Amino acid sequence: MATLQLKNIVKQFGDIQVIKGVDLDVNDKEFVVFVGPSGCGKSTLLRIIAGLENATSGDITIDGRRINDIGPAERGLAMVFQSYALYPHMTVEDNMGFSLRLARVPKAERRDKVMAAARVLQLEELLERKPKALSGGQRQRVAIGRAIVRNPSVFLFDEPLSNLDAALRVQMRIELARLHDELNATMIYVTHDQIEAMTMADKIVVLQKGEVEQVGSPMELYHHPRNRFVAGFIGSPTMNFLPVEFQDSTHEGVQVTLPGGKTCRVPVDGTGVSVATSLELGIRPEHLNLQEDGPLSGRIQVIERLGGATSLYVQMDTGMVTVIADGDVAHKVGDVVRFGFEPVRGHLFRDDGLALTSLHQHPLTGIDRQSNRAPVEGSHS
Amino acid sequence: MNNSMFKRFCIGLLAWVIAFVIFFPIFWMVLTGFKTETAAIADPSLIFSPTLDSYIEVQQRADYFKFAWNSVVISFGSTILALLIAIPAAYSMAFLPTRRTKGTLLWMLSTKMLPPVGVLVPIYLLFRDTGLLDTKLGLVIVYTLMNLPIVVWMLYTFFKDLPRDILEAGRMDGASTLQEVVYLLLPLTLPGIASTGLLSVILSWNEAFWSLNLTSSQAAPLTAYIASFSSPEGLFWAKLSAASTMAIAPILVFGWLTQKQMVRGLTFGAVK
Ligand SMILES: Nc1ncnc2c1ncn2[C@@H]1O[C@H](COP(=O)(O)OP(=O)(O)O)[C@@H](O)[C@H]1O
Ligand SMILES: [Mg+2]
Repeated sequence: MATLQLKNIVKQFGDIQVIKGVDLDVNDKEFVVFVGPSGCGKSTLLRIIAGLENATSGDITIDGRRINDIGPAERGLAMVFQSYALYPHMTVEDNMGFSLRLARVPKAERRDKVMAAARVLQLEELLERKPKALSGGQRQRVAIGRAIVRNPSVFLFDEPLSNLDAALRVQMRIELARLHDELNATMIYVTHDQIEAMTMADKIVVLQKGEVEQVGSPMELYHHPRNRFVAGFIGSPTMNFLPVEFQDSTHEGVQVTLPGGKTCRVPVDGTGVSVATSLELGIRPEHLNLQEDGPLSGRIQVIERLGGATSLYVQMDTGMVTVIADGDVAHKVGDVVRFGFEPVRGHLFRDDGLALTSLHQHPLTGIDRQSNRAPVEGSHS
Repeated sequence: MNNSMFKRFCIGLLAWVIAFVIFFPIFWMVLTGFKTETAAIADPSLIFSPTLDSYIEVQQRADYFKFAWNSVVISFGSTILALLIAIPAAYSMAFLPTRRTKGTLLWMLSTKMLPPVGVLVPIYLLFRDTGLLDTKLGLVIVYTLMNLPIVVWMLYTFFKDLPRDILEAGRMDGASTLQEVVYLLLPLTLPGIASTGLLSVILSWNEAFWSLNLTSSQAAPLTAYIASFSSPEGLFWAKLSAASTMAIAPILVFGWLTQKQMVRGLTFGAVK
């Protein structure tokens, strides 16, 4: 059992407020990902949870117990650092067993625990080596192994995959997800990579400039971003934004005028928006379809063919939009194309950045991550 | 001969010349130690009949081993004391810096620019009143203070090169500050600490100003021993050379034995 709460956490370095009042609940066995652009305070928040940094104000509780004034080791957490932070002068076995040695665990028991963790991570062969003699991926495993040995109630990861090459990153992503199921542990994972966030998280916390922009499941953030920042940050390629004008609002949604003069009714709640207000329409590249009679049009500037899909960069009067089209699409650069979208795929943002609430909840927003995966052999869940 | 070979030849030649210029006085001193006093002031010559007379006379006049022991105790004692003070100081400056850390470091180094003679009288009076004159403890204290700025500064740069993450990982693993220092910081910066210590030993061994002014017989180290053989009258060059040879021999051997360590430590950050 390990639940963790942050209540109004504020962190100041000198006069600069880096974390501006963060509230968060992490449930037992949850995989929570902090995601946001570089410098938004993800690491700082994680370090506050770890106890490596003191919060300027606010409460951190684990299972209801306030831990602000408890040292890092006594919090029962383990952290995996971006740089791995292995002890260079110790063998893999000593690295993994260091916490036990400090806790005066007898040698035989220490060895058993290290071996058990080494088995989980396939490190048995490497126990006698020093970190210098390991590859990046192996060091990463040792760093994770060192965390596992401590049997923590919560694992903390600070961008653990960012020093690995792309192929290894995908492999470790899968492995971390497997570990999460196998260890039945609560995990908090920091990354600036929204793909890592989308693929691993039960719950994503989007941070910007030290504030929480939105908390939700990956599908919730994708389908129902709370504001323009989240909409732009989650999803790749990034969402297109078009200026539109509000016309009217009914129980079926908001009618807007698109660039080019056509209208469209997006099923969102338009209460309180006045006529002729400028709004922004957000529509993801994968939701734009080429249509002979589509309401939007523009000239193709760049074509990127990926085989299975084609990215078209289309210049409209109001700016550039990206359209993901079929892999076999026959258009060439310079062609004028028309395209459109299903209204339910559209998002409307007010000029303060907030999204108008969708009238229909997307069916997948409640899906938990486990349902995406086959059960792991030998796991308890 | 092509261009790069010529360049290497020139550099090699230059190195030999410089080495010779540095080494020649030492060589001449060793040579003079084996001459008689009259031969020592005669026209410089490489050909003479070597004699141990000067050494015997020097040893009759003063017990070399007593001075040597004082030198060992004082230079190693002050080095150990300086390291004990400097390691915690450098730790806090490197890992828990404040706005004033940089300034403090610069101030410490700037104290080395003060001519020691400027504080001779106050220190002499202090030592006289506290009974530290002509004691080994007194010199240990003075040498510790003398070397502390350099020792702190060097350790600070070595510590700063150590990734913070490693110590933080140790803290997550449950290490107290002391355990962090003992199990992680010291083993990982040992080459740097060792070369800092060696430098401190050498500087203390060779120090003459304070040892001449603050000791007379009981605590006098080898630098005072050498000085005692220069006299305003009479022939003393051979005896002085013999005494000097004996005084520098231990530190020369020590330096030679630890040369590798010194170089490794001083280039520690650069090659990591
Ligand atoms: N020790 C520190 N002193 C002063 N500013 C800091 C310190 N640590 C982090 N910051 C600042 O806090 C902000 C957030 O940093 P960080 O949490 O590392 O961001 P992220 O991990 O999201 O990239 C940055 O602007 C950074 O410069
Ligand atoms: Mg970071």
